[in-house]
Amino acid sequence: MKDKIAEKLLLFIAFSAIGSLLLITFFIFQQGIPLIFKIGLGNFFSMHWSPTRGQFGILSMIIGSLMVTVGALIVGIPFGLACAIYLAEFSSKMVQKTLKPIIELLAGIPSVVYGFIGIVILVPFIRIHFGGPGFSVLASSIILGIMILPTIVSISYDSLIAVPNTYREGSYALGATKWQTVVKLLIPAARSGIVAGIILGMGRAIGETMAVIMIAGNALKIPHSMLDSVRTLTSTIALELGYATGDHRAALFACGAFLFIIIITLNIIAIRITGRRE
Amino acid sequence: MPKIVIDQLSLFYGQNQVLTDVNLAVHEKEILGVIGPANAGKSSLLRAINRLYEIDYARISGKIRLDGKDIFDIPINDLRRRVGLIFATPVVLPGTILKNMSYGLKLHRKIKKQELNDTVADALQAANLWEEVKDRLHESASTLSGGQQQRLCIARTLAMNPEVIMMDEPCSGLDPISTAKIEATMLELKKTYTFILVTNNTKQAARTADRTAFFLGGELIEVDKTEKIFTKPADARTDDYIRGRFG
Repeated sequence: MKDKIAEKLLLFIAFSAIGSLLLITFFIFQQGIPLIFKIGLGNFFSMHWSPTRGQFGILSMIIGSLMVTVGALIVGIPFGLACAIYLAEFSSKMVQKTLKPIIELLAGIPSVVYGFIGIVILVPFIRIHFGGPGFSVLASSIILGIMILPTIVSISYDSLIAVPNTYREGSYALGATKWQTVVKLLIPAARSGIVAGIILGMGRAIGETMAVIMIAGNALKIPHSMLDSVRTLTSTIALELGYATGDHRAALFACGAFLFIIIITLNIIAIRITGRRE
Repeated sequence: MPKIVIDQLSLFYGQNQVLTDVNLAVHEKEILGVIGPANAGKSSLLRAINRLYEIDYARISGKIRLDGKDIFDIPINDLRRRVGLIFATPVVLPGTILKNMSYGLKLHRKIKKQELNDTVADALQAANLWEEVKDRLHESASTLSGGQQQRLCIARTLAMNPEVIMMDEPCSGLDPISTAKIEATMLELKKTYTFILVTNNTKQAARTADRTAFFLGGELIEVDKTEKIFTKPADARTDDYIRGRFG
């Protein structure tokens, strides 16, 4: 009897989690989509964002989001992959046991702290050594690159560890060095997991808000270099939702819906890729 | 001069000693059978010879010489190319049959496409697999049957142009027909190569080996001509094992 009640209770809790996800999805789309139809897709994806004049084009923000995300990947992939390979193949058990939790701890640092470090250290450093305002694509890319490290490292590490040991032995027995085994055998064998890690990291980078608001500068224009200020989709929502009303508010929800679609798509791709392997 | 000379070899995993003072010579172009119950140290012996024990963080003492040269004076990649190892469960690498065959070849030097194809075809023929796979080289190697996979592993090792081929219970997971094919392959190949065959199947040693070594608890009990081992072994424990009284 007790079991039955516990089972029903757990089922209810599980479904309420899914239910709230559905509600959020419905709410965002219900609030945002009508505006897109009202102004037309062409206007929605145009360059002009000027809510007071009724212009709601999000192109410059899409480009902003894209630039910081690509920048984050350029920073995050080499470091993340190198770290995962070192942990999985070259380090001792001791090092693995210490380093992996520390890297995973990076994911637990509040994003406002990353933003703070960016403002205090990175932004002045860029301003002094490279010029420009310092609040820039470059600063955001570096901070986001660090923020997505835990995702890339732990998923890549797990998929490298999952490669059967017999492959390693077979490769060594054919005279391969450790490095040859890693490059020619293990990375290709773990490829799907590594790609999934990168895609999930990408989703994190696109969705990140607070750290980016603090260091990106948030100027509403298409950036021409890595040192230019930039505004992302998420920053726009966070910065403007507090005072937005009417169509402006609906436009911000439309931004949210657009982001939602992108992130869901990335997650589905990541799940498909990892799923295919098993 | 024997092909391989093993002198006072001991092997340890941490505190656990799995081989004790083994002295053994392997002659050129013979099949040396190695038999003994579980935990006799048979696999460890093979892993010592090509230094694969190093990836298990084991350590050894004693000397192993290949053609008179200490194995620690031979570059490790070269050693493992010259002394191939076939595992109990076939280790096919992910990818096609051709990719499996070319994996080892491409590690050591740049190789022209024509030469690669010729080497692959020769090796597959030598391993008696060519007829079965010549039209499906671009299929995934995991689609092959267990026996075919094991012959693919043998072919892959042959392609490396080795001198010694060590086999660690190569037929343990195979049916009698596949086993017979592999044994026939081995008997043909021994004109060119030296074999060390670890087997749990004493009859397999009796069928194929020129000489047989009996291991027990990490020690070499005796090594002699196969007929002698199977008819009049010098040590009573060998006789007990062969007659199935223990192990």
